[in-house]
Amino acid sequence: MTELKTETITVNMGPQHPSTHGVFRLILTLDGETVVDVEPVVGYLHRNHEKIGEYNNWIQNTPFTDRLDYISPMSNEFAYVLAVEKLSEIEPPERAEYIRIIMVELNRIVNHMIVVGFLLNELGCFFTPMMYCVRWRELVMDLYEMAAGSRMMPNYFWIGGVAADLPAAFLPQCKELVAALPGFIDELERLLTDSEIVQMRCKDVGVLPPDVAVAYGCTGPLLRASGVPYDIRRAEPYSIYDRFDFDVVVGTVGDVYDRYLVRIGEMRQSVRILEQALKDLPEGETATPKKKKFMPPEGDVYHRIEAPKGELGFYLVSDGSDHPYRYKIRAPSFVNLQSLPYLCRGHKIADVVVNIGSIDITMGEVDR
Amino acid sequence: MTSKESFEGLAAKFPQFGLEYQEGKDPAIVVNAENLVELAQHLCAEQEYDYCASVTGVDYPDRFEVVYHLYSTSKKGGPVILKVHAARENPEIPSVVSIWPGADWQEREVWDLMGVRFSGHPDLRRILMWEGFQGHPLRKDFPGMKDEYTFSEPSGEEEHD
Repeated sequence: MTELKTETITVNMGPQHPSTHGVFRLILTLDGETVVDVEPVVGYLHRNHEKIGEYNNWIQNTPFTDRLDYISPMSNEFAYVLAVEKLSEIEPPERAEYIRIIMVELNRIVNHMIVVGFLLNELGCFFTPMMYCVRWRELVMDLYEMAAGSRMMPNYFWIGGVAADLPAAFLPQCKELVAALPGFIDELERLLTDSEIVQMRCKDVGVLPPDVAVAYGCTGPLLRASGVPYDIRRAEPYSIYDRFDFDVVVGTVGDVYDRYLVRIGEMRQSVRILEQALKDLPEGETATPKKKKFMPPEGDVYHRIEAPKGELGFYLVSDGSDHPYRYKIRAPSFVNLQSLPYLCRGHKIADVVVNIGSIDITMGEVDR
Repeated sequence: MTSKESFEGLAAKFPQFGLEYQEGKDPAIVVNAENLVELAQHLCAEQEYDYCASVTGVDYPDRFEVVYHLYSTSKKGGPVILKVHAARENPEIPSVVSIWPGADWQEREVWDLMGVRFSGHPDLRRILMWEGFQGHPLRKDFPGMKDEYTFSEPSGEEEHD
């Protein structure tokens, strides 16, 4: 039998593609159906966020961070205000600290709901599971709207506290939601965790060994699914996270299925933190007195938080004026995305899509 | 270990490097560009700083500064912060991608937006701006307001089209 000549072909995937979570291009080198190499091309959503941030004043940048990872606006604001508070040595009041924790943990649940929903989308189960998860996201969005006046761009965190105290209806509604969430997560798991299709498509796909994950600088659920118990809320506790009792969820294999399980586990842990925060929420002030013109002292700081997607850090340089001299964002999606070629090599084209979904990227944050 | 202690340990180990301690809210270690790779290798291999969280370029009036925030995934505690200065004309410092592969895209971003070259980087191309773009937009002398902009067409064919 004569040997057939084969050669690799190059295929462009994106920038307009339903599975790329925004405008994002992949250059795939294929050998038949098998992926030989992947080169991610980013920057289609670049608007030089950091440069615009240098022209804004310190206070204007808080709502501007909402536009980074628009799935988790509260986390972005949290990281930014903590960095500015570290720079200018402002202590927010106790009640504001608790409200912030409630908001960001709700945000983590929202983010993981979206990731789990989209993962099923990417497996080919088009939008039914997605809508199922988004329904619960909407309930959180209602709470955001009640507290901040806006669903997705809340501008609720202020330097030195939060914008306003919680309205009277917030706490009962939030408690009701938090009480109902574990039941819904159970239901979601009954539908997905043991599903044969989910297991076949996700197990042993895109395995990321722990040493490779650390080398690529991966953080968040992507790193923990590989079995590295690194959570900034534990490794370098910020705000009042040292007061709460929760577990760091880790995986064992580091495949797509483990990343799904870690996100499910983290939602349960967030519910635990929420229960404690709602129980301990003290009365009192929610913000330090505001200044008309905010000018932090000279200096530079880096502050990082465990955002739903991984380490979100802000490196701020102040020259003592009313706007930052340098405003740099260390975006978790941007760094995590570097592991994509490693995850995809040797798998089929269809698995590329699943791998993107399991990394969890938002282009608003990758491209900045 | 406080940053002062880790600095003293490093300064005792590498007296020939002339390391400088910089006070501040986040104390940093200022290192010469030619010693950066050796110091980074030591921190990664001997002191478990296996995670390079952030690589930032800053444009100061008299110099470019690249800031590295190093953490450890196995031991607790705050970062070791390295600062490297580069000249205003043709700034260039050695790449640390061989030590922390995760610094790859961040170094490309610093090159793209700030124009600091990283010698020894495996693939130093623009990442957020397109190939053929002129200038480095995060520099302070790059126009930032809308009436200062001039847009230029991308020159030549893009590599993969």
